[in-house]
Amino acid sequence: MAQTEKYVLNMGPQHPSTHGVLQVQVELDGENIVGAKPVMGYLHRGIEKLMESRTYVQCVPFTDRLDYVSAMNNNLGFCMAVEKLAGIEVPERAEYIRVICAELNRIASHHVFIGSLTNDLGSATGMIYAFRDREKILDLFNIICGARMTAHYIRIGGVAADAQDEFLRDTQKFIDYVPEMLDEYNKLFSGNEIFQARMKKTSIITKEMALKFGMSGPNIRASGVDYDIRKIDKYGAYGKFDFEVPLGKRGDNWDRYMIRMKEIAESAKIIQQALDNMPEGPYMAKVPKVLRPPKGDAYHRVENTRGELGFYIVSDGSTKPYRVHIRRPSFVNLQALDTMCKGMLLADAVTAFATIDPLMGEVDC
Amino acid sequence: MHSGILYSLGQSLREILSSLIGVPILVDLLMTIICATILLLIMATSALVFTLGERKICAFIQVRIGPNRVGPGGLLQSVADMLKLMDKEDIVPRGIDKWLWVLSPILLLVPSALIYAFFPFDDGVILADVNVGLFLLIAITSQTVLPFLMGGYASNSKYSLIGGMRTVAQMLGYEVPMVFALMGIVMITGSLKMSAIVEAQSDVWFIVLQPLAFLIYIITALVESNRPPFNIVEGESEIIAGPFTEYTGMRWALFFLAEFSNLMCIGILTTTLFLGGWHGPDFLPGFCWFWIKTFLCVLFYQWVGWTFPRARVDSMLSFGWKVLLPIALINVLLTGVGIYVYNVM
Repeated sequence: MAQTEKYVLNMGPQHPSTHGVLQVQVELDGENIVGAKPVMGYLHRGIEKLMESRTYVQCVPFTDRLDYVSAMNNNLGFCMAVEKLAGIEVPERAEYIRVICAELNRIASHHVFIGSLTNDLGSATGMIYAFRDREKILDLFNIICGARMTAHYIRIGGVAADAQDEFLRDTQKFIDYVPEMLDEYNKLFSGNEIFQARMKKTSIITKEMALKFGMSGPNIRASGVDYDIRKIDKYGAYGKFDFEVPLGKRGDNWDRYMIRMKEIAESAKIIQQALDNMPEGPYMAKVPKVLRPPKGDAYHRVENTRGELGFYIVSDGSTKPYRVHIRRPSFVNLQALDTMCKGMLLADAVTAFATIDPLMGEVDC
Repeated sequence: MHSGILYSLGQSLREILSSLIGVPILVDLLMTIICATILLLIMATSALVFTLGERKICAFIQVRIGPNRVGPGGLLQSVADMLKLMDKEDIVPRGIDKWLWVLSPILLLVPSALIYAFFPFDDGVILADVNVGLFLLIAITSQTVLPFLMGGYASNSKYSLIGGMRTVAQMLGYEVPMVFALMGIVMITGSLKMSAIVEAQSDVWFIVLQPLAFLIYIITALVESNRPPFNIVEGESEIIAGPFTEYTGMRWALFFLAEFSNLMCIGILTTTLFLGGWHGPDFLPGFCWFWIKTFLCVLFYQWVGWTFPRARVDSMLSFGWKVLLPIALINVLLTGVGIYVYNVM
């Protein structure tokens, strides 16, 4: 009788398909996975500690580098938390511009998701197409603030500069192109038999497990939990827009993929409404030159592309925050990796990493 | 009996050698050596050409330009790649099984080069027209499983081991549907000889007579040569490069060469077995048609490869055993019935 034993395969920090520097120690029995243990910390930069010795305005660029693929959303979260703490009211035009930038960044981040997912599944073409379309959004960011990825555009009290006509025109052109783009992706991937066979019914996270782990964002919506902070808290100008929140049924890889595709369409809808109803006015509130929020604390959360991004800021009355804690969605979502991988094949582990869509800059902070 | 430029060239060369050296055995030997050298040159050149072609075609599909710096329009890119690979440091990992590890890429190249001897490039232009040609060809291509397994085991790396194991499952599993698909052709031709198979297509190509076998053959050919969507053996995003993760420099170049040679081989086999070989209208010589058809087949395989994502091990294996094999058997049955009816009529 042949004797078999389990072995640990180290899909280490340097691997073609772990998103960033994630190490996963996968325990395998042949090709079946028995356990998966993520090891994080390879990208830890001490951002929370660094923020303690910077003024509030100086802290904003750090947030770009957390979830570096959707920088605008991070900026938004931090700035809104500081505004809550200091009691600053943001003008309406700035709120609309913030929404446009945040949703554009959501689409860009979902492009990274599609690109890396299809690349991990073996179709390098998918990565090129997704990144080519992401270039269009990065060019838009370039127009509005000069930076492509780490935008540092949403500031405390408003935005850094006004949205020029060129930006609004080009954004409209991009929104017109979105249905055609989604059609191409659906033809190439969603309708593909091999793709569907690999994604359907694999790595299922049930509703109960998702709630137990405290997951958020598209990952929990795939399991059927209707939880979108934009609808619940209605922060910023989101209360004024009409959009749907796509939900999944089974919580498998396919649901997580389809939800993000639908979210691109919904974000385009939001941007279209924002462009149509853009008010005139100032783009930055009257913020004191030296910002000294009153003593106290504030927690504000936003719907990042990956889930609930929360900033808890404690102020002691000085120009620098006493403590900033960042509730990072990818860090919490990554707990589900073991449940997702148990009982699956090695190839499914790679798909699982991709559909959970972690970003190590955010996991490690 | 045989026509064509290449055949007449071969005959005149044989006559020249016979007049120089009287002994027939030596003439035969010299002719074989010359032909083998020409075939190796063809193999090397086509590998160079097709690697560049693949990169340009892949770039076209992906809406980018591809290599365009080295040489005019990027034509010398493959040469630059070969020079680079030859210059690289030869890293030998610790803990390997030395002889198996060293022999693996070399042994992988042997079957890929050897089967060039059985391809009919033109009317009468085959190096070894044995009367079990097709059978020998399939037997030799099955030998590519072993070097993959050797490389996978000897590399002392878990990734390589997984790749090696996948090879055995995948390539052995798809040999059976391939053989049964080709069985239909052999039944119609009545012979395993490669030149006879091409002769039998002088009126009607086998793609018309054996469409099911054609479809099965395309899929199994992609599997046997580890092309996407069936490249789980070297599934780049999962097990890095499978059995060949630990090879660098010239050893990697040998493996790469064998890969491309395999791609060429399945293109040539598709042409020979289903698309009429060197048959074609008279305004071009036979071997031109042969190469045009081969080129189109290789183009098709590359197009398929760059479009689809990778299949997963279990779905691929169940597809091979539960879908392709029954269809291949049904094809054999239908061919048998068809031949009987045709003979009766």
